[in-house]
Amino acid sequence: MLELQNISFGVDTDAGKLEIIDDVSLTVADGSFTVITGPNGGGKSTLAKLIMGIEKPTSGKIIYNGEDITPLSVTERAKKGIGYAFQQPPRFKGLTVRRLLSLAAGATLPEDECCSYLTGVGLCSKDYLNREMDASLSGGEAKRIEIATLMARNLGLAIFDEPEAGIDLWSFSMLVKSFRAMSSGRHNSVLVISHQERIMDLADNMIVIADGRLKNQGTKEEVLPTLMGEFNQECDFRGKENADGKA
Amino acid sequence: MEKLDSLLLQEIAGMHDIPMGAYNIRKNGEGLSRRSTANIEIRPKTDKPGIDIIVAPGTVNESVHIPVIITQTGIDDLVYNDFYIGDGADVLIVAGCGIHNSGDSKSQHDGIHTFHIGKNAHVKYVEKHYGEGDGLGERILNPVTAVEQGENSVCEMEMVQIKGVDSTKRDTKASLAAGAKLIVTERLLTHGKQEALSNIEVRLNGADSSAQIISRTVAKDSSKQVFYYNAVGNDKCRAHVQCDSIIMDNATVSSIPGITANSAYAQIIHEAAIGRINNDQLVKLMTFGLTEEEAEEIIISGFLK
Ligand SMILES: Nc1ncnc2c1ncn2[C@@H]1O[C@H](COP(=O)(O)OP(=O)(O)OP(=O)(O)O)[C@@H](O)[C@H]1O
Ligand SMILES: [Mg+2]
Repeated sequence: MLELQNISFGVDTDAGKLEIIDDVSLTVADGSFTVITGPNGGGKSTLAKLIMGIEKPTSGKIIYNGEDITPLSVTERAKKGIGYAFQQPPRFKGLTVRRLLSLAAGATLPEDECCSYLTGVGLCSKDYLNREMDASLSGGEAKRIEIATLMARNLGLAIFDEPEAGIDLWSFSMLVKSFRAMSSGRHNSVLVISHQERIMDLADNMIVIADGRLKNQGTKEEVLPTLMGEFNQECDFRGKENADGKA
Repeated sequence: MEKLDSLLLQEIAGMHDIPMGAYNIRKNGEGLSRRSTANIEIRPKTDKPGIDIIVAPGTVNESVHIPVIITQTGIDDLVYNDFYIGDGADVLIVAGCGIHNSGDSKSQHDGIHTFHIGKNAHVKYVEKHYGEGDGLGERILNPVTAVEQGENSVCEMEMVQIKGVDSTKRDTKASLAAGAKLIVTERLLTHGKQEALSNIEVRLNGADSSAQIISRTVAKDSSKQVFYYNAVGNDKCRAHVQCDSIIMDNATVSSIPGITANSAYAQIIHEAAIGRINNDQLVKLMTFGLTEEEAEEIIISGFLK
């Protein structure tokens, strides 16, 4: 189980202190499929980075399986079974897709196993195995390989940051199928940041993050109907925040 | 063969044993053993140290290994190797120098190579530099290479220096006739207080000649790297110079481009970038459970591959 206790994260900017995550508390139950959604710039990726240890909170605690992991490094959290597929995967000169998958899995993977992960994200494996994960890959290709690296791992908590972004319709269906398979018969928890209803359909827990705060949490049926209303007022409450003197 | 010799040979030429085909092994400033084949003649020079390597026209799928090893301290070895590649030949040349210096005097090898590449010939030249040994003696390598490419010939040169050479000054000059193609890849890693300087000058003299220079380097600790890459287009031609360096710690890297077009139909591009290891790459690998040091290793070795 993952528990965030009063997590805040601020950065210093020229215009003063900017609170990006503001006192967020939430839990992700074992074996759950949680979808985080909310407006652009709301703080979803930042929250994922805080869980992975890429960013350190200004205050608050992160408890994972009963242990306070707040002081732990990215490497240590990874070893405890947390994984994060980036919204924008980095490119590597000279690293093949196969090598990357093996590094993710922590062991040299046999070819057929690599292939099955690539197929799971809608990539024809024989075309990609020996390609380099460099700038020559298209955005959607790199994105799907990034997702495959999490599938190659045995994780307690897998975090996917907008896995659908830039992915074509056909691959998207494949992806939803893979996520569905992941959400049944799994032992681990899956946390997906997404704007896609078809991914929200898989959720048994939904979280809305807007303006750095937890705006809503509950089942899809509870949360989805309120979303549209909230998004409509987005501009409105941003204006109010600014009037309060917040950046 | 002695154990140290074979270790060095393996490091620079991937040789486990006496290689197939023609070869010449030079050790501590003297020829150690040599073999010519029906199509490739290796002839020791009579006027100065070194050899002539004569590849008969039309020779295909053959290789020449000419590794140099130095295991004594205080050796200063200067050698002239001249390659004559016949028209239409297609050969692999594996050169390289390995220095084991466990003494306190410097050991140096300066290889002066010339290549006369015939029409339609194809040469692949692989050169590795490697140094080891725990003495205070410096390990120095200053290769000079001159390449003359005939019409429609192809020359691929791969030059690698990954470990243990304290100081290197590399001078490479090439001139290309019509339709000739040159591809140079240089890979270099320096650490400690090492210094590396590389000058490459390519003259594209013939119509439709082309050159591609790709350099990938990593500078660690307080090492120093300087690159002067020069491409001169004298006719309708294409040249592309691409230098990419990762800089770490207190190292310095300078990359100085020189491109000259003496023809309105010459098309020459120079790209150079120097920067730290990308932080996202490091973090990505750390999310796989690797430490920062392990992640760095993997990024660097991929980059230099
Ligand atoms: N290091 C930083 N310095 C300054 N501002 C930052 C920093 N990191 C994030 N931000 C800002 O914090 C806000 C939240 O960013 P974040 O990437 O978490 O949003 P998001 O919810 O993932 O958005 P999207 O849906 O567009 O991916 C944004 O306004 C962003 O510009
Ligand atoms: Mg985001």
